[in-house]
Amino acid sequence: MAKSVIELKKIARKIRVLIIKMLTEAGSGHPGGSLSIADIITALYFEIMNHDPKNPKWPQRDRFILSKGHCVPAQYAALALCGYFDEELLMTLRKFNSPLQGHPDMTRTTGLEISSGSLGQGLSVGCGMAIAGKYDQKDYRVYVAMGDGEIQEGQVWEAAMSAAHYKLDNLCAFIDYNKLQIDGKVEDIMNVSPLQSKWTAFGWNVLEIDGNNMEEILNACYKAKNTKDNPTVIIAHTTKGKGVSFMEGVVGFHGVAPTKEECEKALKELQEEVI
Amino acid sequence: MNDKVATRDAYGKTLQKLAPKNPNIIVLDADCSSSTRTSWLAKECPQQFFNFGIAEANMIGAAAGLATCNKIVFTSTFAIFGSARCFEQIRDSVCWPNLNVKIVVTHAGLSVGEDGASHQAIEDISLIRTLPNITIIVPADGIETEKVIAKAAETYGPFYIRLGRAKFPIILSKDYKFQIGKAVTLREGCDATIIANGLMISESIKAAEILEKKGISVRIINMSTIKPIDKEAIIKAAKETGAIITAEEHTILGGLGGAVAEVLVENFPVPMKRIGVADFFGFSATPDELLEYFHMTGQDIAQAVKETIDKK
Repeated sequence: MAKSVIELKKIARKIRVLIIKMLTEAGSGHPGGSLSIADIITALYFEIMNHDPKNPKWPQRDRFILSKGHCVPAQYAALALCGYFDEELLMTLRKFNSPLQGHPDMTRTTGLEISSGSLGQGLSVGCGMAIAGKYDQKDYRVYVAMGDGEIQEGQVWEAAMSAAHYKLDNLCAFIDYNKLQIDGKVEDIMNVSPLQSKWTAFGWNVLEIDGNNMEEILNACYKAKNTKDNPTVIIAHTTKGKGVSFMEGVVGFHGVAPTKEECEKALKELQEEVI
Repeated sequence: MNDKVATRDAYGKTLQKLAPKNPNIIVLDADCSSSTRTSWLAKECPQQFFNFGIAEANMIGAAAGLATCNKIVFTSTFAIFGSARCFEQIRDSVCWPNLNVKIVVTHAGLSVGEDGASHQAIEDISLIRTLPNITIIVPADGIETEKVIAKAAETYGPFYIRLGRAKFPIILSKDYKFQIGKAVTLREGCDATIIANGLMISESIKAAEILEKKGISVRIINMSTIKPIDKEAIIKAAKETGAIITAEEHTILGGLGGAVAEVLVENFPVPMKRIGVADFFGFSATPDELLEYFHMTGQDIAQAVKETIDKK
């Protein structure tokens, strides 16, 4: 059932609230990239993808791969809100015996399509799923979310080449272009730009959007769906730490959980946000 | 030991038999299909074959993706590129999620000969053996290869199957029944046991024949499954013959010799000697010249057996 953009924005805010709570409770994790990808994950799970939380292995389902696996708190929150598992489970993140591992483990968590965490592998896995879809003549789509630093991995470009070669128009990749990686600014560590011309040269349909703008995410997904023969990459300009003022654009919040005080401040800000 | 068949040829033929009957079998290669013999299937069933070019890491990832969609995926290339080159992809995208991917590599070991060190995979078993969930098999000959490939196709989970380029003598009979994790005694003996696999089986048989003439009776065990290893067969051989010699076309660090040593020291220590490449890189030469240089011939194994028996 189609949701309004306002409803989706409210869900994205809920996901951000859960990310902050989970990471604070866990005492470790990656808030910056989880917050930057939250709107894309919301759009996919609550509007774009065909999937059934009651039947997670439904063969016709659209697949989502979080290749930047360290941002899985955003995905866990979405899975819980969809009903794949109890929301209460979110507070067990990263703890002993929790199905919610620090990085995605498909053997432990319902709703995950692959295990990930070592960067650069997800797009290849997505190619395999997309090839299987074509081979089985099923019309499901495969979505892969990568980080901007992640595409420094050579395997991403091997995968990019093969997706175009096999005309995987059922494959759609997002680059969460938040401009920061652990050691600093992406452009200083190992510049990945110009992204448009790189992906175009690799044979992809390239869209460039504000990846924290719900309307733009939805429109880009519809455009990707209607593209024939070529895979689509959506270069999503985002803000690391989006939604929490003192985390926005701060590289220090890549892999450091908020303190209790920071958590309260963040939750207050998120709740006061006007949607 | 009359006929000789390259294990890669047996692989190619077996895929041609299995895949047309099972549309869930998908075969991937990384620009080595004419050498790995997956091209034989590619010609017959092109829709079940995907070439990934010279990009092994991507091939393994794609195999994982296909496997999540209920496919039985075979990935093939030369042993060095299909293991070490994409080790972390095998670890994280295949073994950790326990997916149904069969990594079948060819051109393993010293017997690629003239290509030299870059192409002589002699450390692949050690690497792969550290990964949970995976089954590792080194077939002894063409007959065992056929049975291993068929068994891997019908058994869920990751497999690493190591084949060679060279033609190996046929050791096993057609009615041989292969079981995963079950070693087979090829020759009975009471003074020592040689535990070998792959190409080294035929060298071990030569050693046993040399020793027989000197009145030494040697058992030979074909340990084609390295993981899970047949502990019972190893302990039984140690108890009954009191000396163990391993022979593998691989470094002696962490492969078959390492696996057997682990079982022995924890269960029934007896004098032991590992035959294989003793912590060196190979170089260009004929396979026979290399076996001789690295002291891995039947004659060398026979000598090692005698020395090990002396330590009892």
